[in-house]
Amino acid sequence: MKKNKEPLILAIVVFFTLVTYYLVEPFAHSQMHKHIESEGFTYKDLPELTKQGDVARGKDLVMGAGACTGCHGIEVAGIPAPMDPVTAAQSYGVNPPDLSDAGSVFDPKFLAELIKNPAHALMVEHKFDVNKGQMHPMTQFYGAGGDLDQEVADMVAYFQSIAKKGEELTPAIAFEVACGRCHATRYNKWTQIGYKPTFKKKQDELAFDTKVLDYQDALTKYMGTLPPDLSMYIRSRGEHYISTFVENPQNYLKGTAMPRVGVSAESAEKVIEHLENVGDPVRHDRAEVGRNVMIYIIIFAIFALLWKKEVWKDLH
Amino acid sequence: MAHFTKATSLHDWLNQRLGIDTVRRVMATEYWIPKNINFLWAMGMVLAITFGLLLISGIFLLMYYQPNVELAFDSVNYTIMQEVGYGWLWRHIHGVAASVVFLIIYIHMFTGIYYGSYKKGREMIWISGMLLFVAFSAEAFSGYMLPWGQMSYWAGMVITNLFAGGSLHADGLVEWIRGDYVPAQAFLNRFFMLHVLLIPLAILGLIGLHFGALRIPHVNNQDGEEIDFEAEAAKYKSGDKAGSKVIAFVNDFMSKDMMVVGIYLVFFFYLVFYHYDFAMDPVNFDPADGLKTPAHIYPEWYFLWSYEILRPFSTDVGLIAFAFAQVIFFALPFLDKSPNAVPASRRGLFKYWFWALLIDMIVLTAMGKLPPEGIFSTIGLVAALTFIGLWIILPFITKMEKKA
Repeated sequence: MKKNKEPLILAIVVFFTLVTYYLVEPFAHSQMHKHIESEGFTYKDLPELTKQGDVARGKDLVMGAGACTGCHGIEVAGIPAPMDPVTAAQSYGVNPPDLSDAGSVFDPKFLAELIKNPAHALMVEHKFDVNKGQMHPMTQFYGAGGDLDQEVADMVAYFQSIAKKGEELTPAIAFEVACGRCHATRYNKWTQIGYKPTFKKKQDELAFDTKVLDYQDALTKYMGTLPPDLSMYIRSRGEHYISTFVENPQNYLKGTAMPRVGVSAESAEKVIEHLENVGDPVRHDRAEVGRNVMIYIIIFAIFALLWKKEVWKDLH
Repeated sequence: MAHFTKATSLHDWLNQRLGIDTVRRVMATEYWIPKNINFLWAMGMVLAITFGLLLISGIFLLMYYQPNVELAFDSVNYTIMQEVGYGWLWRHIHGVAASVVFLIIYIHMFTGIYYGSYKKGREMIWISGMLLFVAFSAEAFSGYMLPWGQMSYWAGMVITNLFAGGSLHADGLVEWIRGDYVPAQAFLNRFFMLHVLLIPLAILGLIGLHFGALRIPHVNNQDGEEIDFEAEAAKYKSGDKAGSKVIAFVNDFMSKDMMVVGIYLVFFFYLVFYHYDFAMDPVNFDPADGLKTPAHIYPEWYFLWSYEILRPFSTDVGLIAFAFAQVIFFALPFLDKSPNAVPASRRGLFKYWFWALLIDMIVLTAMGKLPPEGIFSTIGLVAALTFIGLWIILPFITKMEKKA
């Protein structure tokens, strides 16, 4: 009987297939795209918080001398937003966020720096240069007369005390607070001014759409371009790109108007999970159906093998 | 007129009218295949199964796809992928099969080249196979337009631009193909028509021709041995199955085919569920935007080698080289002047020619995706020149080959 060459042939076919795959996928992508390692949302460039914050004093500052509520709502504390989103965007460029969950969505170091020096914390100093008279729309906190760092720590402590934590802070809330005032996700009906409801009357729907368009116009003027809809970003950019981009947008797009958002590591995971829910909601079905199909097809292959052996025993 | 008797069974009734026993005998139980073959001979069946998967998944996708520039992207990525039950499954099967089918086509082609299965009466098998390759390429390209993502749009732009013919500036032809100055609604509609009707019809016809072309010269075997099929078939039918050099298409060959198909499907569905990204470029998950050119525009992996033959040269030379690469495989049976129809390992310089061609095409494939800068464009240029050179020397090295 002749030597069976099939294993050798199979090895050659598999070898060339894998070499080709390696070259056009992992290798080519490593050459085409800059690889950026995450720093785990530690914001190493920002100073550590050295002072222990006091919630009660923080509350007084936020409501009083800090003047946060002049622009921001804090719904959980019963303070509504001073303006509707469209007017706010027309005034500031983007709607200032409600601060109810800021204490858990954003990293405390980042929050502190944001209060003291917004353009620096947000990494948009190339866009807002005080020396050129370009003021960031968020006014920096100059202090209420005491130790500035202590006052900032108190305010951060207050925000942390009122914010939803753990399970209560859902992926959707994390996304809405961190990304949702600039980015829409049409696949779950999110617009920059909130979820688009179902309307009974066409007029009401058109009125809502007009508000969204007005908001987007103001935002476009502020950012230079309309920030993209993120519905499919989990497929078009992938998890790694999104999280390293959010951590520091300047990594990939030097000079981009997108600010550093300053989300905590935990919130970053929630934002990614939300984008998966919007762009790839079938992933759990896929895992389950995949397992069943694989079991079926392996059984099929075994029967096919047995059939071949049965038929070919007369042929040798 | 034929004489019909009262049927004794449904089988008999059909047999009197359709001759199903004869059909079965001619097409299956007495369709003779050489016994001396390896699993590479099952690639035809693997291709048929993959085409079946493409056809069935395509029919399901067609029920929800919207060939409209405003709706196409969301009809694929939202309606099919999220709203329709198991729409994601059909889409991933369709996308992965479209990529894998080319892997199998290339294996099938290189098998034919290695074993000399395009020679001595088998020229039409090769030519009809190459026509199928062209039809599948057109099918893949037109299908790639349909999700109307960034890569659809820009690949459509780049490929239709080729028809301007460089210095010929046949811009009118490009506009005629697009139905517009740029890829837009008319463009999407016509590629939709091509993808779901005209090209599939052509493919079905060509598959018929390809199978028909096998009938007279018969399937080749691992040693290029000329078999007396009638004598061997008689031996098989007399009961000496072990001694005969031929086997029946059904069940003998089919059972081996299905074994290979079974193993192939394990691999295929692994890709569908766990490793589909390679077949669905991330860039195409951004909606088409005529004002935003992607940083890197490249075709799917199976077109990269010919793309790289176009790219390293100036426009006109590149187009000529590209046109050469598209048609030269058709001429293989006539450029190979050797009288031997045996595996490449038993043929003089052709042995090296085969492996050089294979490796050169893999190099071209890799360089076609990489950005054309620095060392990559040099390697690309050398590989493109090597490709052309290999085909030019083929008639000379095969002419020198002595009769084995």
